[in-house]
Amino acid sequence: MSNLIKNNFIVADEWTLVALPAPTEEAVRKQAGKVVIFKVTGEPAATPEQIAETQFPAGKIIAPLAVWRARKNELAARFAAGEIGVWIDSFEILEELTASVDDINALPVIAINFPRFVDGRGFSMAALLRDRYGFKNELRAVGDVLRDQLYYMKRCGFDAFKIRADRSAEEALASLRDFSEPYQGAVDNPLPVWRRYARIAYHAPACHKTAHQEEDNEVD
Amino acid sequence: MYIYDDIDQRIIDERVAQYRDQTRRYLAGELTDDEFRPLRLQNGLYIQRHAPMMRIAVPYGLMNSRQLRKLADITRRYDKSYGHFSTRQNFQINWPKLENTPDILAELATVQMHAIQTSGSCVRAITTDQFAGVAPDEIVDPRPFIEIMRQWSSFHPEFAGLPRKFKIAVNGAKNDRALILGHDIGLELYLDAANKIAVRVFVGGGLGRTPIIGSKIREHLEWQHALTYCQAILRVYNLHGRRDNAFKARIKILVKALGAEEFARQVEAEWLHLKDGANTITQHEYDRVASFFAADRHAPLPENDAAFESARASDPAFAAWVKRNTHAHKVPGYRAVTLSLKKTGIAPGDITEAQMETVADMADRFSFGELRVSHEQNLILADVKLSDLHTLWKQAREIGLATPNIGLLTDIICCPGGDFCSLANAKSIPIAQAIQEKFDDLDYLHDIGDINLNISGCMNSCGHHHVGHIGVLGVDKDGSEWYQITIGGKQGSDATLGTVIGPSFAAGEVPGVVEKLIATYIAERTEEERFIDTVRRIGVAPFKANVYAKEAA
Repeated sequence: MSNLIKNNFIVADEWTLVALPAPTEEAVRKQAGKVVIFKVTGEPAATPEQIAETQFPAGKIIAPLAVWRARKNELAARFAAGEIGVWIDSFEILEELTASVDDINALPVIAINFPRFVDGRGFSMAALLRDRYGFKNELRAVGDVLRDQLYYMKRCGFDAFKIRADRSAEEALASLRDFSEPYQGAVDNPLPVWRRYARIAYHAPACHKTAHQEEDNEVD
Repeated sequence: MYIYDDIDQRIIDERVAQYRDQTRRYLAGELTDDEFRPLRLQNGLYIQRHAPMMRIAVPYGLMNSRQLRKLADITRRYDKSYGHFSTRQNFQINWPKLENTPDILAELATVQMHAIQTSGSCVRAITTDQFAGVAPDEIVDPRPFIEIMRQWSSFHPEFAGLPRKFKIAVNGAKNDRALILGHDIGLELYLDAANKIAVRVFVGGGLGRTPIIGSKIREHLEWQHALTYCQAILRVYNLHGRRDNAFKARIKILVKALGAEEFARQVEAEWLHLKDGANTITQHEYDRVASFFAADRHAPLPENDAAFESARASDPAFAAWVKRNTHAHKVPGYRAVTLSLKKTGIAPGDITEAQMETVADMADRFSFGELRVSHEQNLILADVKLSDLHTLWKQAREIGLATPNIGLLTDIICCPGGDFCSLANAKSIPIAQAIQEKFDDLDYLHDIGDINLNISGCMNSCGHHHVGHIGVLGVDKDGSEWYQITIGGKQGSDATLGTVIGPSFAAGEVPGVVEKLIATYIAERTEEERFIDTVRRIGVAPFKANVYAKEAA
């Protein structure tokens, strides 16, 4: 059974996620302390060898950002046919992805990798892709994707979740509904609770049981 | 105080259900230790030296008598009939069973309490001045803002996996009692030239392993933008804070690495996109939340009360308590009262279930059924009539909560330390007790006057030792417990970090060292000087010379 949740249903996955080949030992030694994305944290950039050696299977693929940027020409025809998506790692720079295409919505899918489930950078990246860069197509969480983070991911704009292979996507579905009413505005529902409901002030206890949806008429 | 509506209640009820299921899956082996850890931590549950420790949120330190009775009830049924108020204005129980923790949360939810984000790498419970709303030097009551921020930060989806914990404090008074310069974000509320509420924003303060005083990144922010501006700060931190080394992961390290100016520039650039968005606070929402904190419930009373004055004149013990443990109130005829949880022989901040029950009764009788927790680990009854003080004092004395030592040397701020905490290098409670025993003469304590002594069992600094006038830090040297002493730290708007006086000491030496520090102060002080003033005037050297004199000779 597929482990992909999309728009609240478990669906077949028609995309192949292309991984970077593991760096050779020689490359690791050569790279040590040299090519890193963030000087402070030392998170490694893909090596030229890794980029060159990445194989593209047939069909719809989600390519690593570094490979996509370096070998865009090779993929141009497939990209035009809507068969190319791109994935970005949590430590990569989002602007390198958004600058790599004229129209972000020419990408049918963007995936954000969670190397470890506690790494929350992907939450901000998703929010930026949706709110800042206007990405409207499939936004997929991949990597260490577990059910207890799904609710947060959904709120940040993810609509697809590739649940880690050893876990049940069916069980994970339930966690998308952990909370029925969020307090703060976020991507999935930009209005904070006080713009969604007429909440009671201290001196109006009579309304206690009748919070109701109201038209938002006071967005500044 | 703020009262939940159906929406608030549903959120914490759903949290209980979510956590119950997470705990069930963990106990069934469906979640690994590593997977369960951040889930339980964001619910305040640590695995400690003896048992889990559960940290229950007391948002901005404010609670009502019903909630306190529930805490007493929980310590009776699930723990050892006592609990601990922490420097984060929270309540901790040290002996719950893991499998009972969902039930404890369910109990808490019945009185509008929870343990949400009291730990873990997320926005923690927001803290403030324990005298919010009653202090005469208050400019803006911070509580409506903090309640709005509490709701905004609860389960904030974008910031559920920050590099490290994230602490926000808010101050609205002339004198900062909330330690805002020692927090990841410190917000100072004030009235601007147009008499409108504005916010001064500080970032990157923190105690811990690398103590740093926060940097001001914005002088004037209109209050409506408090949430979006904090979101911009958190977003820059979430994307760029270090995640490779937990000891370098706090925002203060990022602010230092970028420089405060560059950090501020990035925040401002981010904020331009968020400004005026839907999370902008409306006047309507501010007024709604503020209505819960309206200050119009006090009786009109004269400035003075004859019976109170005569009790104070005739009873020196009462007078001493009034002097140290009661505080000016903005409404005539009222005072705020500190119930001292610093009785000699008791771990600072500890309280029994019986004391909690009595304090709850006292809150009902004397202070609108409400109380506060201070970050100095005492309890406050904030709205007491002068005419009630004598009766209240007698009751407090009966249950051992009237030690007249607030702000004095024995009012020690102290983390649970090596007796309970698995992070600690050294014990802290026995050190506090030894110091309290050394200074058991109340007249001498009053003569020494205002002084903060803070003890942390490790560099995580839960006892805020860096900002103690005297700070004691437990360190591990070759497997045994040693204590490093700092002096000259101070909290407040002129906050400073203490200076280490020299090589560390064995546990048994610490009270003697404190005694020599005090003796130096007594010898050097001018008429009106407090300990901290003398240290600032003459520097560390004379203190150091006196403390180490014997070893040198």
